[in-house]
Amino acid sequence: MSTGIYGANIHSEEIRTHTIAVLVDNEPGVLARVIGLFSGRGYNIESLTVAETRHRQGLSRITIVTSGTAMIIEQIKAQLNRLVPVHSVSDLTIEGPSVERELALVKVAGTGEKRVEALRIADIFRARVVDSTNESFVFEIVGKTEKLEAFVDLMRPLGLIDISRTGVVAIARGPESMEGQD
Amino acid sequence: MANVDLTGSEMVIKALQDQGVEVVFGYPGGAVLPIYDEIFKQNKLRHILVRQEGGAVHAAEGYARSTGKVGCVLVTSGPGATNAVTGLLDAMLDSIPLVCLCGQVPTHLIGNDAFQEADTTGITRPCTKHNYLVKSVDDLPRILHEAFYVARTGRPGPVVIDLPKDVLMDVGAYIPPAKIKHKSYVPQVKPDAAAIKQAVKLLSKAKKPVIYAGGGVINSGPNASKLLTSFTQMTGFPITLTLMGLGAYPGSDDQFLGMLGMHGTYEANMAMHDCDVMLCVGARFDDRITGRLNAFSPNSKKIHIDIDPSSINKSVRIDLPVIGDVGYVLEDLIKAWKAAQVKPDDKALKSWWKQIQKWRDKDCLAYIKDDKVIKPQLAIQRLYELTKDRKDVFVTTEVGQHQMWAAQHFKFESPNHWMTSGGLGTMGYGLPAAMGVQIAHPDALVIDIAGESSILMNIQELGTIAQYRLPVKVFVLNNQYMGMVRQWQELLHGSRYSESYLEALPDFVKLAESFGGVGIRVTDPKDLDDAIRQMLETDNHVICEVAVAPEENCFPMIPSGCAHNEMIFGADVKTDEAISEDGMVLV
Repeated sequence: MSTGIYGANIHSEEIRTHTIAVLVDNEPGVLARVIGLFSGRGYNIESLTVAETRHRQGLSRITIVTSGTAMIIEQIKAQLNRLVPVHSVSDLTIEGPSVERELALVKVAGTGEKRVEALRIADIFRARVVDSTNESFVFEIVGKTEKLEAFVDLMRPLGLIDISRTGVVAIARGPESMEGQD
Repeated sequence: MANVDLTGSEMVIKALQDQGVEVVFGYPGGAVLPIYDEIFKQNKLRHILVRQEGGAVHAAEGYARSTGKVGCVLVTSGPGATNAVTGLLDAMLDSIPLVCLCGQVPTHLIGNDAFQEADTTGITRPCTKHNYLVKSVDDLPRILHEAFYVARTGRPGPVVIDLPKDVLMDVGAYIPPAKIKHKSYVPQVKPDAAAIKQAVKLLSKAKKPVIYAGGGVINSGPNASKLLTSFTQMTGFPITLTLMGLGAYPGSDDQFLGMLGMHGTYEANMAMHDCDVMLCVGARFDDRITGRLNAFSPNSKKIHIDIDPSSINKSVRIDLPVIGDVGYVLEDLIKAWKAAQVKPDDKALKSWWKQIQKWRDKDCLAYIKDDKVIKPQLAIQRLYELTKDRKDVFVTTEVGQHQMWAAQHFKFESPNHWMTSGGLGTMGYGLPAAMGVQIAHPDALVIDIAGESSILMNIQELGTIAQYRLPVKVFVLNNQYMGMVRQWQELLHGSRYSESYLEALPDFVKLAESFGGVGIRVTDPKDLDDAIRQMLETDNHVICEVAVAPEENCFPMIPSGCAHNEMIFGADVKTDEAISEDGMVLV
């Protein structure tokens, strides 16, 4: 919510979800800096993923899904940019088209008819079976968040017992890089 | 020059010298003993031994603010580092460049709850601009130089370097500063030309303009103040300054409307409220400045010059942001203004000044005179009158009513002469800060305008002042209350003075004497000038205790939750009605 320091709602703008990519030096404490910024200033984190993407330069890419009014999102980007180990910040939601993917591992336990149905639905969603026992499957599913949600909803009555999700990773379409050249 | 092998602590001393550090404020302890040993062996770097680490950080802040250099602090691990935290956050909020070196337990003990271990980088992460834990002596030279670069570049701030003891004792290759370039942190200092052009266009059409400048002007260096002064005088626009900005424009000039904000002048706040174009120069629309946000300057186009993009649109909608160092921006703005041969709307400006004069005539800083009790405002006014002809007068303050009275009644003609805790509002700031100022300017007159409650928060620093024979003048306005707390209790809580009265105050005269200084007490308005003169003529540190009217309130005031045009004044306050219920939840 965009609330002013005096409690009043200063801008009754729409709250939108944005996917932000942040390129940082992979140094100790850098993730704590980013997370601390969000918690300390009261911003939402809907999902956050991080991994080193350029080993030679020691750069990591953080993908954050957050929500807020346009003014809040602007603040988040400016605050991220202010962190010393941050190289660049991209708002993939507004800077042109982008691709977003998430991976989930979904464990479904059951026998008989339900087990067959789970396998059938997994096929429709192009989920892969990565582990199987006589009474369980682990499915791997990749796609947009909405697709994963739909799959999970369908698996729930079929014996879903565990989910592990990566959170969103995203990248801009087209030939440009946010990382610059090597 | 070939790289030479040095121990970690030798590197620390070498790097400080290479960075031009002359003074470091600190307090020794187990984890930093190797550095203290190196300090012992050399004569270039001066170490000032404080009495508590909090004092060291404020002293370094005073040093930094009065010189424009990076202040330097050296403390030990654990409690040494945690005691420094308040000062670090103070420097963070007021954008003061500091480098704070903290000792740490040896790397193999980190995480073991070792003796005097604290997660210093974890604790200081939100209170610093950046911090480092040095894990290898090979990284040390780069980090030391980077820390100074980060502290002073862009929007300045404090940087912590956490130094494990084994790293200090290891040997490695030292690298001089010139060879070190930062890979990611390069703030924009030069403004966008199109933005400057637009700013000139907006300003040239203004009928009721106001310039609102803050600490960014001072941080940009004395030249920025000169440019601000020329631009203001070139345009004939009225100017107001924030608490942090006092001194950025000559305080006695006619175009200066005084400070703005919660305890600012009526004319400054009304001009902000009614203006049609606002030029904000290096200030950040803090909640003490804006009052109720949805009523803040409702009809103006706002231009905001700031080096920190996160300051733009943080609380107030900006029509035209100009990102850059205030100095560069003003230089370009003046050039563009001259090139465009702007003719401001003289007629409109004349009637705007006429309106401002009407507000000025209200004489908002007036107070009821008293010939039996010293009014605190009078004490500050007399202190100003008796020192204004001297050059090199530096004033620090603590936090509270005395701070606001000092800001209202003491006039500053040039930057870097006024040191106060603005953003964090740290009681106990003034005495150690004054110490740091006096170290930087040994022959100057340095006055800490204090309250009796605040001064006790870092009173131990009298020991430092005595040890280094610093002739700091402490001007204590003693009203026996935490005055600002008492004032808010009067306005908000039915005059129930819960825990804001200080019983058992020390005898300030004897206190000064016990540290080898001079104590003066004055209670009668007739004796005030003599007491101030005696303080000024004493070539030693002085506590001048002024017994002031205990229940005097600081006015004018924008009550919490109110707008700039809803100020209250000394004469017309009905207590309990001044602040609405909505306002009561605010600080």
